[in-house]
Amino acid sequence: MDLKDLYRDVILDHNKRPRNFGTLEGTPARADGHNPLCGDRLTVTLHLDGDRIEDIRFEGKGCAISTASASLMTEAVKGKDRAAVQTLFGQVHDLLTREDAAAPAELGKLAALSGVREFPARVKCASLCWHTLNAALAEGAATVSTE
Amino acid sequence: MAANPALVTPVPLDAERVRRDFPILGTHVNGHPLVYLDSAASSQRPWSVIRAVEAYETHSHANVHRGVHALSQAATAAFEGARERVRRFINARSVREVIFVRGTTEAINLVAQSYARPRFKPGDEILISALEHHADIVPWQLICEQTGAVLKVAPINRRGELEFEEYLKLLSPRTRLVGVAHVSNALGTVLPVKRIIEAAHAVGAVVLVDGAQAVPHTAVDVAALGADFYAFSAHKLYGPTGIGVLYGREELLQAMPPWQGGGDMILTVSFEKSTWNELPYKFEAGTPNISGAVGLAAAIDYVEALGLPAIAAHEERLLRKATAALLQMPDIELIGTAAHKAAVLSFTMKDVHPHDLGTILDAEGVAVRTGHHCAMPVMTFFGIPATARASFACYNTDADVEALVAALKRAREVFH
Repeated sequence: MDLKDLYRDVILDHNKRPRNFGTLEGTPARADGHNPLCGDRLTVTLHLDGDRIEDIRFEGKGCAISTASASLMTEAVKGKDRAAVQTLFGQVHDLLTREDAAAPAELGKLAALSGVREFPARVKCASLCWHTLNAALAEGAATVSTE
Repeated sequence: MAANPALVTPVPLDAERVRRDFPILGTHVNGHPLVYLDSAASSQRPWSVIRAVEAYETHSHANVHRGVHALSQAATAAFEGARERVRRFINARSVREVIFVRGTTEAINLVAQSYARPRFKPGDEILISALEHHADIVPWQLICEQTGAVLKVAPINRRGELEFEEYLKLLSPRTRLVGVAHVSNALGTVLPVKRIIEAAHAVGAVVLVDGAQAVPHTAVDVAALGADFYAFSAHKLYGPTGIGVLYGREELLQAMPPWQGGGDMILTVSFEKSTWNELPYKFEAGTPNISGAVGLAAAIDYVEALGLPAIAAHEERLLRKATAALLQMPDIELIGTAAHKAAVLSFTMKDVHPHDLGTILDAEGVAVRTGHHCAMPVMTFFGIPATARASFACYNTDADVEALVAALKRAREVFH
């Protein structure tokens, strides 16, 4: 177990300078995510162009893993359609939970999250933003929870 | 009679010797010797507790209060012996005032459902402090929904101390019950419970004291405090999980209806009407946690052999040392700086979320609690989502404090 596997430079960078941070103007689709265990909260807003995520922002207060994961996610899904987002979520989920998961090339910078699986207590930190994105895509108004 | 602890200088605790009583402290975590600073969440068990439970399970187990056979009598003697041990520990007048429950949370829920719910009317007030654990908030919110009573909250100041004058202003003839922690789990603040109780009694309110964080650090005398109800858990007192105590004044318990129905809590049962067993069994439906009670009694023997004044003095010294060390670190902010604290150091590190801090400390073998500590309103008051909390027990040493400080420096390196 090496801390450098968890807190890679990409993660520390996205934690310090989160991309696409804030809330979209207008009437975006939106969902709130909450991890009651640690108190992390985040809000995802997005504009859809048909089936495609035209723009996305996130806002919230969380640990480095949760903030960096959300920041990386917004970069990765912008411009993708729902089906591609679902595929990506599946790949991220495998990356976070499966011992044997190799990181497929299309994950790009998201592969930096592979160290999280050595720290089972932190998997929910990394996955909260994805569950919240799913809720926003489903136009779920309710808060999603990791519990 | 117990000597007045204030008049006796305790023999200093030999923590290195104490550590040998706790087998788990020899564990290595992530390649480092375990530095256990999470005793406020749950303390570890000494050999004497482990062996007492093992001896009970090996030689004495059967159901209690039921059989005429030898083992049932042995189990009953062990269980009721444990109750008498608890009675002496907290100086209750009678074993009828000592109810075994699962823990502090269940004790508070028992009082809420059996004392408050049948009595409270719309407009009655329940007064708690802003420092309470969720276990001393949510049961009262349920009662407010069920009865129309109103929950009032006495505020704290920026040091994490109860604003006593504000507490007094909130007391009125409408106040039916005051629920208050003896020691705050999130911040370590020691509350002036004796003065709180006296003021509450002056307006006719009863007082429930959540003693979960107090009994491991201070000798509790329920008679001297004048508490109407006092609740604590064994597992924070070096005993097993799943067992705790509700002390209640006998007059109050007599007048309360049973909370749960079942075996052992009845005298007679017919389909027309059942009659209740006497105290304390009226509140102990079903087969109790017998081995847990045995373990609790052994844990009480253990802390009394070390001496609570000696334990408190030892922990106070470690708390001062750790506080001084953390005050030297410019990016650490202490949360909770009350003049009177017990064994808890809550803090945040600039630009490092407490959960990241917890993971980094764990990689160094240092176990602390991170999160809201089941006291979300306390976190909201300080405008933070969470803290890291180091808590001290009889088995912690100067080396543990030094390991904490070194691990915090490591965290700063990771989040440069």
